[in-house]
Amino acid sequence: MAAPYTPAPTARGGRIKGHRIVFHVTAVLVALIFLAPIFWVAMASFRPTAMSLRPPLPPWPTDNFTLDNYVRLENFGQSILHYTANSAIVAIGTAVLTIAVALLAGYGFSRYRFPLKPLAFVLILSTIMIPFQSILTPLFLLLARMGLQNSHLGLILVYTTLQLPFSVFMMKNAFDAVPKEIEEAARMDGIKGMRLLWQVMVPLVVPGMVTSGLFAFLNAWNEFLAALVLLSDQDKFTLPVLMTAVRYGRYGAVDWGAVQAGVTVMMIPCLVLFLILQRSYIRGLTAGAVK
Amino acid sequence: MSNTVPDPSPDAPPTPRAPRRTDWQGLVYVLPALGLVAVFFLVPLGMTMWMSLHDWPLLGNPRWIGTANYTRLWGDTSFWNAMRFTVIYTIVATIGLMGVAMALALMVQSEGRAITMYRTAYFLPVVTGFASASLLWAWLANVDAGLFSPLVQMLGITEGRVNLLARFDLAFWSVTIMVVWKMAGFYMVILMSGLQSIPSDYQEAARIDGASWFQRFRWITMPLVRQPFALALILCVSGSMLAFDQFYIILNGGPRNQTITAVYKIFNESFVSFRLGYGSALSVVLLIILMVLSAIQLWLLRDKGDK
Repeated sequence: MAAPYTPAPTARGGRIKGHRIVFHVTAVLVALIFLAPIFWVAMASFRPTAMSLRPPLPPWPTDNFTLDNYVRLENFGQSILHYTANSAIVAIGTAVLTIAVALLAGYGFSRYRFPLKPLAFVLILSTIMIPFQSILTPLFLLLARMGLQNSHLGLILVYTTLQLPFSVFMMKNAFDAVPKEIEEAARMDGIKGMRLLWQVMVPLVVPGMVTSGLFAFLNAWNEFLAALVLLSDQDKFTLPVLMTAVRYGRYGAVDWGAVQAGVTVMMIPCLVLFLILQRSYIRGLTAGAVK
Repeated sequence: MSNTVPDPSPDAPPTPRAPRRTDWQGLVYVLPALGLVAVFFLVPLGMTMWMSLHDWPLLGNPRWIGTANYTRLWGDTSFWNAMRFTVIYTIVATIGLMGVAMALALMVQSEGRAITMYRTAYFLPVVTGFASASLLWAWLANVDAGLFSPLVQMLGITEGRVNLLARFDLAFWSVTIMVVWKMAGFYMVILMSGLQSIPSDYQEAARIDGASWFQRFRWITMPLVRQPFALALILCVSGSMLAFDQFYIILNGGPRNQTITAVYKIFNESFVSFRLGYGSALSVVLLIILMVLSAIQLWLLRDKGDK
């Protein structure tokens, strides 16, 4: 990253260089502020139990590195792995179902003409205008009546519905960008129906599918209020709900070491997924911003 | 530019389109999505209205009471207190978020390896989720095991320990700062996409004409990022109006129930007191307030012709 040496800097060049140094120093300091809390909690989660009740200065373990905080999450019902699996089932289930449903709907909206099509499209998109928080009360009753309350499947169906306006819009745009000629050529070769969608079209809209799936996964993994309301058995809890129970502590004592460990477990998959799929994420985010 | 080479795109007659069949097959593809929206969105939306006209306990039979929930709501100071708190929080959080996000967006709009790294760093808190961020903050703000109290003492600001979460003003500001930390990167990306779509010769021309940095920001940048700015603003206002996780997890409504937001109040009525009908009425009112707010913002920030 070493900049090529520029001989004999003029007064103007010198000033610009000074500006740049000030800029980069500021930018790095701001970056440290944004990253510090994440770094702090991850480091503190490896401190021994006795230290977790003392201020985290420094955040890393000073006598010995330990996984005690993670092990202690066992005491809250099942093991931490069990709850991580719950969260993973819900998040992966939501991502897969969202991709499947949005893929079909995006294809239908992009390539077919059928009665009431504009109405159907507006109906799906309009759900974005109405926050799910305002329909949570009846949703609770409805799921109870369907036998889906307190079940991961119920949560997956609700989360998938919440993802639809974004992901159907995303997938329709992805299909719109595929030239019609490709389908026509395939039709001439005698490929049609689901085979046409699966073998010819799907490989062309993979980026849209990745973006839809990524948003669905992250939103489902992190969602709190609906999970808090809809899950009642402790062994069904997803991580955010479990960790809230841990945070309030039993008998009034809060186990901050366990909270640090839980927060770390919740954050790591999101950070890793984002760092791998940064491009997809940013594309999804800016799709709505520019036109 | 020789005419001997046939140029297929602009002047050639349009290629015959495949006949788009008007049939039901498209509807079949769309059906799963429509089904989900109908069952998990339209039905509960209708039920919200219906339930709001009932006395609807969790157990036992619902009883039709007409608009009684709404008349009761009108005089319910605890709901309007929650509403007022939500609005104040929304105003403060929105100003903080848009300001910080705009500053960050201006910092990272150009390209470069270092800039890309800053962008990623500012964005990382966004993907952590509100529950994780809130738990993290609850720990850092804790008076015994947290970081802020010893930090403030070390810096010599106060002698004694500081319990950030016990006093209303400190609790409010610490939660708001947490939200700015967590969400600024999100709005930064939206604003950045707008900044990057401004042709650089505009800025260049203005610079040559001797416009100052502020003049260029006010008269070139701001008008041209109007659309993404409007989107960010609407997302920020409606998101803040629906705040729940951070106040529930960090403060549990305290100190002295002063940090109950509108959604928190609905949660309490429906799922703590099990007054589902009353909770539904509160939902309907919140929904109407949100839609009016969005409409006002859309109207204020609408695209005025070709400007």
